[in-house]
Amino acid sequence: MRILCCVKRVPAPGAKINVTADGSDVDAAHLGFTTSPHEECGVEGAVQLREQHGGEVTVLTVGPPEAAEQLRYAASVGADHGVLIPGDGAWDPQRTAAVIGEAIDVLESEAKELFDLILFGNESADSGGFQVGVRVAHSLRRPIVNGIKGIEVSGDGSGTGTVTARRAIDGGFEVYELPRPCVLGVKEGLNLPRYPTMKGRLRSKKLEIRSLDIDAAQGGQRRIRLHRPPEQVSETVILGDGPDAAVAVVDVLEELGVL
Amino acid sequence: MLLVVLEHDRGALAEAAREALAFGRSLAEKMDEDLQAALIGSDDGALVAEAGDYGAEVVHTCVHEVLSDYGPDAHGAVLAQMVAELEPSAVLACGSDRGNEVMAQAAARLDAPFAANCVDVTPGSPWTMTRVQWGGSLLEDSSLEAEVALLTCGLHAVAAQPGDSVDADTEAFEADLDESHRVTVVKDRTVQEAGVTLPTAPVVCGGGRGVGSAEGFAQLEELAELLGGRVGCSRAVTNLGWRPHSDQVGQTGTRIAPEIYIASGISGAIQHWVGAMASKHILAINTDREANMVVKADWAVIADLHEVIPAIIAEVRNRKG
Repeated sequence: MRILCCVKRVPAPGAKINVTADGSDVDAAHLGFTTSPHEECGVEGAVQLREQHGGEVTVLTVGPPEAAEQLRYAASVGADHGVLIPGDGAWDPQRTAAVIGEAIDVLESEAKELFDLILFGNESADSGGFQVGVRVAHSLRRPIVNGIKGIEVSGDGSGTGTVTARRAIDGGFEVYELPRPCVLGVKEGLNLPRYPTMKGRLRSKKLEIRSLDIDAAQGGQRRIRLHRPPEQVSETVILGDGPDAAVAVVDVLEELGVL
Repeated sequence: MLLVVLEHDRGALAEAAREALAFGRSLAEKMDEDLQAALIGSDDGALVAEAGDYGAEVVHTCVHEVLSDYGPDAHGAVLAQMVAELEPSAVLACGSDRGNEVMAQAAARLDAPFAANCVDVTPGSPWTMTRVQWGGSLLEDSSLEAEVALLTCGLHAVAAQPGDSVDADTEAFEADLDESHRVTVVKDRTVQEAGVTLPTAPVVCGGGRGVGSAEGFAQLEELAELLGGRVGCSRAVTNLGWRPHSDQVGQTGTRIAPEIYIASGISGAIQHWVGAMASKHILAINTDREANMVVKADWAVIADLHEVIPAIIAEVRNRKG
């Protein structure tokens, strides 16, 4: 089965993120970069499907030359091909979606075969637009469901057939059944991504990264500036420094009416 | 007119819909325009009346056999058709999973820009808004150049307060739907747990790396059960395989909003904090007085959680008799 997974290079989650003096962008000087967490699970999910059913996994990103690192990382955990579209991770969602849609057209016409399944992260960890995957799916006239934490395919996953996708809701799962080819927006929790092996790392160094020069018109949303929200300052009341504090803690619970 | 999307699940109004209505009421005031609502897949009078409690003058309802359950294609198609026919100046949903999905579906169909997870919106030409980035650790001021402003408000950005109550009118909307829109309608559901769940729990007992092991969570389970709450955890804990991902609180997990969040052995990295910050109160238990979670908490106990939690459990049992 042919799977495409779209990923984004973002600063590592958990890091304190600073903004440049003019507010135009994130100050990348002291940041480590990684693959956006939902998409890291997307790559793992794609590799698992290929291990079960055969086929190949292509990973695609729009980003600076350094985003090749994220494609190599994907290769180190099992992806077969990497495609880099030179661009800016801060492009607006309409522009990004138009570029990715066209890239998919190019890749599919060259291969004379469609991708059976295309995976996006539910949203990017940084700009959080919640729409690129949906826009791309719509332009390709393929169905998409977001928030997916479980994927099964009928048959060997190739050609016509279905993809069964599970989405977490409060207290359970919704099940969707999409005809192939289709698109899914996946979330962290789909799986626990593996770490690269030594062999994987070596293989990733040999990955030939395909560069596709595609651009599109700007959409209607523009960044004015980034800024930090006001720090939430709290006068923390220290209730104690040992088990004796339990009385004061339960007093608080009683006061809040949760006991 | 501002059109607010009423999220519901099989006819039960979602808390997200109430938040969107409350956010929408103040936005409609700024726009100096009517507040109206879209109810897709139901025409239940009780839901219409509740929208009226929040100031919605008209509720446009759409019932169709394809809308028997939630489906992003069908809901997105109806919303796009409503925009084309009713010509609102702006459309607002809450930035929940479904809210962002339906708005993206409508935006793709209308080829219009869409600003997700706004915390502040100023109507104008262009519209300007402050929206959540990095799950809430940064904010972006942006502008939207569009004939109709498609927006979602950040989950828990406002309290779901009713106000400016009116008797809402119902207007039936005839949507153009066919079998092709059924492609992504929910086919089946699995209910995993009954009762209180992490997003709705009044008490969340969270554990981080400081809990030390998967077994260490037994104490937090016990406390959560005593308090009618749920256990949550940090991303480090799910990555270590100690708890399932469904317990994770944070940017890539669940956003909680309990009456009190008891955070034990959690340093409070930004990725965790943004999932916990809508908690009404926070109590941190940590050995590090300077830990981010302690600094941001209302109350803290500076001690080893393995000593404090059993003492709290004993005290709760004692008072419950």
